[in-house]
Amino acid sequence: MTMKIRYFAWVRERLGKTDEEIELPPGIATVADLMAWLAKRGEEYAHAFENPRVIRAAIDRSHVKPDARIDAAKEIAFFPPMTGG
Amino acid sequence: MMAVTIRLQREDFDAASEAAALTRGRTDIGAVVSFIGICRGDEAGEPIAALTLEHYPEMAEAEIRRHVEEAQRRWRLLGVTVIHRYGRLTPGDNIVLVVTAASHRPDAFAAAEFLMDYLKTRAPFWKQVERPDGKSWVDAKANDDAAAERWSAAGARAGRRGA
Repeated sequence: MTMKIRYFAWVRERLGKTDEEIELPPGIATVADLMAWLAKRGEEYAHAFENPRVIRAAIDRSHVKPDARIDAAKEIAFFPPMTGG
Repeated sequence: MMAVTIRLQREDFDAASEAAALTRGRTDIGAVVSFIGICRGDEAGEPIAALTLEHYPEMAEAEIRRHVEEAQRRWRLLGVTVIHRYGRLTPGDNIVLVVTAASHRPDAFAAAEFLMDYLKTRAPFWKQVERPDGKSWVDAKANDDAAAERWSAAGARAGRRGA
């Protein structure tokens, strides 16, 4: 399964990329699983995802919790807590 | 009739003309509340040179729309305009505009405050500040979370207005 992942703010800066297409291995069921898997992809990923509790996620442009299932997702985004307004 | 305008833009806005646009040609509106968020010259007690707002465009628009719809469910509103800027802003620049229109002021005041509290914590925007010694991302504030949270409690208690 291929999905688009987008990164914002310091998550994007630490990874040095705004988005990527990822071929997901079997066994990755939730947002938390995906973060744990991403964290093992290299030094910059380990840095970006070193504290997954502070990272927020959205599936198809809606906020989700870490236990949200990702099987039907087209686009997943990771970002720090929001500071707009 | 409920007029809703949501814009994400790099350019500045004119609060007075946005408010006037909501009421033009109407006699059912008796209250308009405008909130303007402005870039301060300091963040966490330290002076800043500029602020850059990054956003997730498609989600920001959808998320703001969801909250405007929620505001419509909670209060009797006749119009809402939300404009949020992105890009590099300097102290004194406008950042965000929320205008709410209603027949009576309690609905307009409450909806404007609700929308701002949610924009701060739920709309996908991130502020990065520029200081003489470099750039840094603004940390989310606990009191902003608390401000947004109280509406969940209030919503559960009050339910839909008039219900």
